[in-house]
Amino acid sequence: MTDASAKRVMFLWLPQWPIERLRREETRGPFVLATSVGSQRLVSAADPAACEAGIAPGMALTDAWALVPDLAVASADFTADAEALQRLAAWCGRWSPWTAPCPPDGVWLDVTGCAHLHGGEAGLVDEAVEQLARRGLTARAAIADTAGAAWAVACFGAGCKSVVPEGGLATALADLPVAALRLPSDRAETLARVGLRRIGDLYPMPRPSLVLRFGAGLAARLDQALGRLDEPLSPLPPPPQLWVRRRFAEPIAAPEQIRAATSELIAGLCRRLAAEGEGARRIVLRLHRVDGTAALLEIGTARPSREPRHLLRLLDERLGTLDPGLGVEDMLLAASFAEAQAPAQYRFALGGEGRGEETDDDLATLVDRLAARLGPRAVSRPLLWESHWPERAVRFVPPLDRTANARAKDERPVRFLPRPEPVDAVAPVPDDPPLLFRWRKIMHRVRRADGPERIAGEWWRQSCEPRDYYRVEDHDGRRFWLYRAGLHRPDAPARWFLHGVFG
Amino acid sequence: MSETKNPDLGALRQKLALIERGGRGETPVLPFGVPVLDGALPGGGLALGALHEIGGFAPAEEDGAEGAAFLAGILARLEPSRPVLWCHLRGDLHAPGLVPFGLAPERLMLAQAGTEAELLWAMEEGLQCRALAAVVGELDGLSLTASRRLQLAAESSGITAFALRRRRHAAPVGADEQPTAAATRWRIAALPSRLSGEPGLGLPLWHIELLRVRGGRPGRWPVESCDATGHVRLAAAPAADQPRRAAG
Repeated sequence: MTDASAKRVMFLWLPQWPIERLRREETRGPFVLATSVGSQRLVSAADPAACEAGIAPGMALTDAWALVPDLAVASADFTADAEALQRLAAWCGRWSPWTAPCPPDGVWLDVTGCAHLHGGEAGLVDEAVEQLARRGLTARAAIADTAGAAWAVACFGAGCKSVVPEGGLATALADLPVAALRLPSDRAETLARVGLRRIGDLYPMPRPSLVLRFGAGLAARLDQALGRLDEPLSPLPPPPQLWVRRRFAEPIAAPEQIRAATSELIAGLCRRLAAEGEGARRIVLRLHRVDGTAALLEIGTARPSREPRHLLRLLDERLGTLDPGLGVEDMLLAASFAEAQAPAQYRFALGGEGRGEETDDDLATLVDRLAARLGPRAVSRPLLWESHWPERAVRFVPPLDRTANARAKDERPVRFLPRPEPVDAVAPVPDDPPLLFRWRKIMHRVRRADGPERIAGEWWRQSCEPRDYYRVEDHDGRRFWLYRAGLHRPDAPARWFLHGVFG
Repeated sequence: MSETKNPDLGALRQKLALIERGGRGETPVLPFGVPVLDGALPGGGLALGALHEIGGFAPAEEDGAEGAAFLAGILARLEPSRPVLWCHLRGDLHAPGLVPFGLAPERLMLAQAGTEAELLWAMEEGLQCRALAAVVGELDGLSLTASRRLQLAAESSGITAFALRRRRHAAPVGADEQPTAAATRWRIAALPSRLSGEPGLGLPLWHIELLRVRGGRPGRWPVESCDATGHVRLAAAPAADQPRRAAG
């Protein structure tokens, strides 16, 4: 495709990223990162010196110590790795305005039209690897027509600096192992077992059988690498993050300490929001525990807000559900989604007490409080919808949504059963209302009836047979909404359903 | 509807009512516009800023259709510019069905709770929000304590609360006689509509029963169901209409 080949993507792979990120000030010698899995400490990354000594990621830390007694060990921090990668991606903005981190250890750059500023694509690759080396980072770089191919060549290619010429994708990829298609390791093994080791082995396979045998994921990855399928990457930078953080000298665990710290963080966040002229719509509170794990709490608001008391009440509702574990060393509060909010809402103090001064804000506050406890979807408003089909006549939309209602249909019940309930009914055929019906074990004798109202399924939807609705009144005066499903067929007994109760 | 003959007794009643309200002045009321109904209620109408309980007869009560329709008529006339928080557990309220009784769908704000405890909490939250006209809760059980909390919350904010009772069939007989702190307790049931020459269903009729009212007189009336402005009208012939209880 011409437009796909017009694009050029560079991928920088940092194979030693977690190690080298921490290594820079560390002394020489074998060095590993360890993480806790259950009660065990496992090696999560090892530097070349440690690898040479026989240490491999996944090994128990005690075994590693047995091999290298003076092993330097640090705790792995995957969150910090990801954050640092984000910063590195931003730093890579020197080569292209369009960069995106590729967790856990790479960075994408769209270098379309940027290379000539750095001495061509070969010069750009040289410069990137050299600049990163100067920062103590081992890097492999590749430029290709697609993000998938750049990734494949950077991670699996022959040299640490490669440029795949325009249109040369199929040739460049043919000799690489199938794992270069960004497949999960078990999938790559499955392919290897049936003799498909190289990407080139996949070229002659007919696509349908590829999808059938190995799933659509593999075919999609192949298409992405070869530029037959566009792969959108979300670029940096995300909007300036509004967040505040607090580290504790001593880990805290008591609920009142956590609450006090939350309250402080909220005050700080609200000040930042005010400075930006924004209000939070979504807030995330993260508790980083001493064991390297994190507890997370997320709340939403119906309107942008930077009212500390309101936000604290929302969080407070569920603060008790957060488990501090052995202690919390670090708390982070971020407005993950914020919207512009008018500077301040001064209200005229109206005379008299009680009602009168309230605004929609009170309603938004109520909605937030209810949603925080009952769940975001539990609070809604019914929106009447222009549909004949009873099940689709009402939609539930967010409570402060201002969409106008459609006109209500006449003669609709007060209670509407989300699923029509089958009833045993006795009715003279073909077009008569039932004389008797039994619903929830109670027999109702029909005294009067209105109908039928034929409601046909919307023709653009499948599997909706027409229904004949009747309003009936029983001997007690109670009124029900019943329907007979489908068209009358002499050979089949009629199926009756109760769909609602009138007031 | 005769006023009490002894004027002292009337004055005493007023004094007592004042004490019951904690020394505050006249409670605002919402009249039904039907003299016999309003006459049975203290102050000539449904007290605002109080808890009212609306139920029915088993098994219709569990469906809560007549009660919801009667309530829609009250809400239609209660501060029509403000929304109503309707807390429920089942999600079977159908907004188009309330339009004929006068309640506009725009005014409905629904809150679905998972348990009765959550529902009571949501009602109390709603009763603190002055932007609302009223708070409705569909409840199976309502203990004296819970009703007292709702009544106090309603009193302090001036927002009216309604407990729409939806007891399950299986509730033991007499379970509904448990005392609650509600200002009034109503029972609504359908009556067989009058047969006229015309085919089809006639105007729905209700049997409205005021079972309990603080400082008023209980009574029962057959009425025509609410019209699109939320008003009920006394049914033409006050027949000895009693809703028939389902056998068993």
